[in-house]
Amino acid sequence: MALLTVENLSLGYEGITVAEDLTFSVNSGDYLCIVGENGSGKTTLMKTILNLMKPLSGRVATGEGLQPAAIGYLPQQTQVQKDFPASVREVVLSGSLNKSGFNPFYTKVQKRQARDNMERLGILPLATKCYRELSGGQQQRVLLARALGAADRMLLLDEPAAGLDPQITEDMYMLIRQLNESGLTILMISHDIHAAARYASHILHVSRRPLFYGTKEDYVLSDIGQQYGCKVAV
Amino acid sequence: MSENLAMLKYYFEFPFVRYALIVGVLIALCSSLLGVVLVLKRFSYIGDGLSHVAFGALAIATVLDITDNMLVVLPVTILFAVFLLRGGRKAKIQGDAAIAMLSVGALAVGYILFNLFPPVNGNVSGDVCTTLFGSTSILTLTQNEVWLSMVLSGVVVVLFVLFYHRVFAVTFDENFAEATGQNTGLYNMIIAVVIATVVALAMKLVGSLLISALLIFPAISAMRVFRSFLSVVICAAALSVVCAALGIIVSILAGTPVGSTIVAADILGFFVFSLLGTAKGRVPA
Ligand SMILES: Nc1ncnc2c1ncn2[C@@H]1O[C@H](COP(=O)(O)OP(=O)(O)OP(=O)(O)O)[C@@H](O)[C@H]1O
Ligand SMILES: [Mg+2]
Repeated sequence: MALLTVENLSLGYEGITVAEDLTFSVNSGDYLCIVGENGSGKTTLMKTILNLMKPLSGRVATGEGLQPAAIGYLPQQTQVQKDFPASVREVVLSGSLNKSGFNPFYTKVQKRQARDNMERLGILPLATKCYRELSGGQQQRVLLARALGAADRMLLLDEPAAGLDPQITEDMYMLIRQLNESGLTILMISHDIHAAARYASHILHVSRRPLFYGTKEDYVLSDIGQQYGCKVAV
Repeated sequence: MSENLAMLKYYFEFPFVRYALIVGVLIALCSSLLGVVLVLKRFSYIGDGLSHVAFGALAIATVLDITDNMLVVLPVTILFAVFLLRGGRKAKIQGDAAIAMLSVGALAVGYILFNLFPPVNGNVSGDVCTTLFGSTSILTLTQNEVWLSMVLSGVVVVLFVLFYHRVFAVTFDENFAEATGQNTGLYNMIIAVVIATVVALAMKLVGSLLISALLIFPAISAMRVFRSFLSVVICAAALSVVCAALGIIVSILAGTPVGSTIVAADILGFFVFSLLGTAKGRVPA
């Protein structure tokens, strides 16, 4: 049984289908990159996997005892109100709440982990700053640090590189690869097809129908992969 | 000045005056804590709607001649709070208009009930006025009400502290909390029940028309100056306690209605904090 199995899934809003016939599975340790044009249903797919919305039909099943409390998530957009008072530290710490069980307060371990994650993403100097007063790219890194705190077994990232400068983007891809190598399963939505081709182990190309699902090596060689910009030396 | 002190000292010889001060401060504390959540969840109007529901419930309790009216007010208010806050951000049907309808509806029906079935001692306008604007004198709190208020306030504060981090999580980003396996439904439910309890309690102190002020002013004032959740919560609580104590003392000395005096103190606090916020904003941190 795979970590995540998606069978004949149709996605949509109020009966209007966005994508259909999605079937794929993700094994422990995989690095799946989801690509596709704007509006093809990538975010919708991720929300359905996270049970934030119901599929029109089909099913999403988790295996190997994967619990939501072991999943980290970086949303594409977070509707935080303009004037929400929250420090970077508070936001990052809140990621690890799913590990708290019945403990009402954060443990030393959770606090140290939050600190480490802030350090990894270079936002430790911002720890006491107000989240809403940061730049877009800084906010993105804060939310990524929060997601890392929540992710024990699986990390879902919806366009993590959006708004990051080239250096930070590169660092982030390296970090994600490290995490993947240390056993974390990654699902990442990205428009950066080159990064996808470089780092992912599997690729899902979503369109109204899934145009491709398979290993990175096969995708790069496929017609669709070539058309989509994988002009990689074959 | 010394006259005032002497007068205060005289009043505080009475245990029920002391109790009233304690209860007032506790209620102010609870409502400021929950007020932060309401304001940040963009649910300020729900606090207002609930307070009117509580008024309607109180009218029903009076008509049915139930002496301990909390027995009616508390469950009815909790029921409506759960209904209104259920599903949190996902709730679609309960738009502004629906809550406004519920709110004025409860007010109108309550007033009709008060008029159709006047209380035994027969002073309709006096009773309605008390319910809407709070007891004209804090001395009308009965011993039972004092104990009940103290216990309920204690429970609210303890719940808030125990669930503090969860409350932050569902207020800041409910989707993330849900996606990563937290029981957001349960936390929203707890928030709803606690808010209803606070509203029912606060009706004793400031009356149902002024409860919103108790909920909203301290939170908004604190947000003018502070930038982290913890500091806003602590500041709102402290400010609310100070304003309540100040309001109660002034009302004793000046003979003004308690509820409105507390709210006036909150308004003053808001202006002070707005000024502080502007001053702070000008100085580069
Ligand atoms: N809340 C919503 N209600 C109704 N339709 C929606 C909603 N959100 C998205 N859609 C529609 O669903 C389709 C897929 O949206 P989705 O956000 O999944 O696209 P995406 O692949 O993530 O695109 P992008 O690359 O721009 O992020 C779009 O056509 C969009 O119009
Ligand atoms: Mg998207």
